[in-house]
Amino acid sequence: MSFDPAAEAARATRNILADTLHGQARGVVVDSPPGAGKSTLVVRAAIELAGAGRPLMVVAQTNAQVDDLVLRLAEKEPELQVGRLHSSDSDPYDKALDELEQVRTSSKAGDLAGLPVVVSTAAKWAHVKNVEPWAHAIVDEAYQMRSDALLAVAGLFERALFVGDPGQLDPFSVVGAEQWAGLSYDPSASAVSTLLAHNPELPQHRLPVSWRLPASAAPLVSDAFYPYTPFRSGTGPGERRLSFGVPSDGSGPDRVLDEAAESGWGLLELPARHTPRTDPEAVRAVALVVRRLLDRGGAAVSERSDAPVPLTPDRIAVGTAHRDQAAAVRAALAELAVTGVTVDTANRLQGREYDVTVVLHPLSGRPDATAFHLETGRLCVLASRHRHACIVVCRAGVADLLDEHPSTEPVQLGVTVKFPDGWEANHAVLSHLAEHRVAWAP
Amino acid sequence: MSLISTLARLEAVESGRAQPLATVRHRHLSARPMVLVPLTTAGEAGAPLGALVGTDPEEPRLLVVAQPRDRDLRFAFLADLAEAVLPYVDGFGDEVEAAEKSETDPETGKKIKVEVELCADAPQLIVPSRAGIEYVRLLGRSMRFRRTAEQDPQTPYPAPPRVPLLGRWLTHFGERARVPGSSLLLSATDLLNRHWATGQSSLEDQHLGALLAWIDAPDGESGAEAALRAELGRDRDGQLLCPPAGPATDPAFDNRVLAPAIERYDRARLELAAAEDGEAADERLAELHRAEREIRRLLLAQMKPTWDAVWRSVELLRGLPAGARVADRWTRDRWSFTGHRDRVRAGEPPQPRRDDAVTAAQKLAARETAQAQLEAQEALDDPLVLAGRRLSGEAFVAEVVEVTMAWSESKRPSPRPLLTVRTDDLPHLAERAKVFRSLDGKPQTAEFVRGEEDGSLVLRVLDRMGRAKDPAEGSVPEKGERIAWTLFEHDQRGGPKLPDPEETPWTHGGPPHADTAETPDPVTSEDLL
Repeated sequence: MSFDPAAEAARATRNILADTLHGQARGVVVDSPPGAGKSTLVVRAAIELAGAGRPLMVVAQTNAQVDDLVLRLAEKEPELQVGRLHSSDSDPYDKALDELEQVRTSSKAGDLAGLPVVVSTAAKWAHVKNVEPWAHAIVDEAYQMRSDALLAVAGLFERALFVGDPGQLDPFSVVGAEQWAGLSYDPSASAVSTLLAHNPELPQHRLPVSWRLPASAAPLVSDAFYPYTPFRSGTGPGERRLSFGVPSDGSGPDRVLDEAAESGWGLLELPARHTPRTDPEAVRAVALVVRRLLDRGGAAVSERSDAPVPLTPDRIAVGTAHRDQAAAVRAALAELAVTGVTVDTANRLQGREYDVTVVLHPLSGRPDATAFHLETGRLCVLASRHRHACIVVCRAGVADLLDEHPSTEPVQLGVTVKFPDGWEANHAVLSHLAEHRVAWAP
Repeated sequence: MSLISTLARLEAVESGRAQPLATVRHRHLSARPMVLVPLTTAGEAGAPLGALVGTDPEEPRLLVVAQPRDRDLRFAFLADLAEAVLPYVDGFGDEVEAAEKSETDPETGKKIKVEVELCADAPQLIVPSRAGIEYVRLLGRSMRFRRTAEQDPQTPYPAPPRVPLLGRWLTHFGERARVPGSSLLLSATDLLNRHWATGQSSLEDQHLGALLAWIDAPDGESGAEAALRAELGRDRDGQLLCPPAGPATDPAFDNRVLAPAIERYDRARLELAAAEDGEAADERLAELHRAEREIRRLLLAQMKPTWDAVWRSVELLRGLPAGARVADRWTRDRWSFTGHRDRVRAGEPPQPRRDDAVTAAQKLAARETAQAQLEAQEALDDPLVLAGRRLSGEAFVAEVVEVTMAWSESKRPSPRPLLTVRTDDLPHLAERAKVFRSLDGKPQTAEFVRGEEDGSLVLRVLDRMGRAKDPAEGSVPEKGERIAWTLFEHDQRGGPKLPDPEETPWTHGGPPHADTAETPDPVTSEDLL
């Protein structure tokens, strides 16, 4: 039977909207794999709920997400009045919102009362008190929201649509929370796990098609990170292509670029060595790959346009595990006179999309594999930001490192075991990358 | 592990001596702490074997359970422990000072100041290791729901009068110990590890004897050698030279020394019970006492080295001057102590077995705030800690090379002076990133404007300059001043107010059911030996 991604996605969306608008349950949960049109769904649901005359509050996790949502709403439905509730810090929201007539901004919820849609961050909503509850809420990135954050805002709405990606990074706490592990309302767990523990009968949907990931990436990401809820790519093999105007000079970075252009994946492997976190050689290799990517006049062909689109710095991102690594890569890029390329940690790259990503492998050069570095969500974020190709830079020997460090986290009673664990997912990705391996040569 | 602590560990390996991680003491040490060295019975969860407890290093009080499986002896031990600990705790309850607390007025809903009592000082309990803290928690849990004969005449095994109260206090100590930077219940290993880096792994650092060997090695011997001896050294009879700090005991001690002694005690008890006449009974009673004395002697020998090590740790830490903000954190401990004192005095029930959703969220938020506050305060109190933050790009020390006056563009212009500063540090500054410095103990904010070609940084000072058009005297840095700026905030904003437990929303299961609270576990056949 042939698979029509557009029809499948439309059917899923129809079911979600039907449950949200006409269902009896107080909540609806939507799982969305990377790039499956989650934001589009949120915007559409918001417009339909507002159209049905239900006062709507939208909860997102960061100010950038909130601003982005407001802009999308304004673009899609210019007639809709939108409130942007913001903090009282200086410069609390994107100045682009001031240009929009239909958007009202305020730091007081009272000023925005009566608007069909009010959007803000979970942190700001938590301070809203003594107001009439909203009939409906949309909680975006609900898997990245902590249970205690939901507790603080849940009194503000009657019913809610929870949307998020279960495969991305789990929320965390800087202090130990083991004493509540296994409790259904563990405050350090994700909002969705608490919600479903108390309301197991809520309808759960998922979006079946990733529009971002190319045909070369969707099967791997789906198998490695979503083994029980597989998804497909919206585009078929060959619909996305990457080409270079300048031929390879035979160096490691150039050969890995060619491999990635061909297959969608590339692994640039440096000799095995234990290094500090900001491994100077690996950082330099990452910077060189980016430099060559720009120098060789990369161009991308996709379903979005018929002509090849030049690969510009804003379509490229570098992902790392730690902030100091990101800072080191930024410094190395500046030395090579590269500007405009996004360099950030996995946490901050969540929800973003690029044509090509270059990833410094979280386990590269490490003497040990801690729970932080093994976290499934971290690798999933890093391996699923790209529309065309992902190039991983790594020291050799990570497979052995994994074998020496099986997961040893204590098993807590009552806690749902996350599957696959980071160890398993890391091995799956690594064995796939091994087929696209290029040894480092300057 | 931060770069600077890695360096300190490397230096410790090289020099054979622990290296300082701090120049000041970052935890409060009471003038009169109570040290508790507990031992537990192997293979019998929550069955105490013995303890040394007291506030005078020269006079530990020895408490022993000669047969840990005997419920009556266990209760007697707990009653003795209550006798030792509760007078110490109660001793802090009555000396109070007046303080203010802001509360929400139930009628108007407005914040008002209420005059309340705050205990002038609080008790401090010090145990040898983290496992000791866990054990305090376990003892608390095992005691606080016990019923005394007075509370419930029907209870089959009534607890001695003060035991449930001790359970509540130990639970409070254990719970407070989870708050970062708190000092009501401390472990000697945590205290030492915070202030010194050794040349061994952090797992080995949990061994109090080995840890002290690095910090306080005998002359002419390297820390590594002394630590190895403390960990593994055994005498001719195969017993450890440095007994474990507990609560778990060494299996070799259990099998070869303790088990025969307990057997002898059991035998003496049986024989006493079987005695047929008074003379035989006297003799057998004397034998029973001898057997008990022997167990006491053995356990004392196991615990005394740990007792001395804990006091030695306290002495070493007293050698460091207290950090400037340590007293501020101790005040929070005093509030915590006072709060629990009030709950006990008001006759409230013991702490529930599990937190409800709202309480759990509140505790987590409070601890996260405390953690961030602790990290900031330690860096502000201690140049060595600040150096670690500077190395990781979270702070920088810079000299002011130029001050340019400027004003905000509003109807009433406020001063917004621009500082050009030079630093050798490499802070991770994003555009418009906020940086903070301490001005008379209060944070002053500036924002990063731009980096100049020559590497100097331009900052714009944003606050604490008074309300006038010209900045208040001394509120703007002067040329030539060297100032430590941090990228992290010095104070933490409290989180949002959570709903009352009775208003727990549907997403979190709704309000907790009152009827399932506070019933003790039913007694099952497995509870009886």
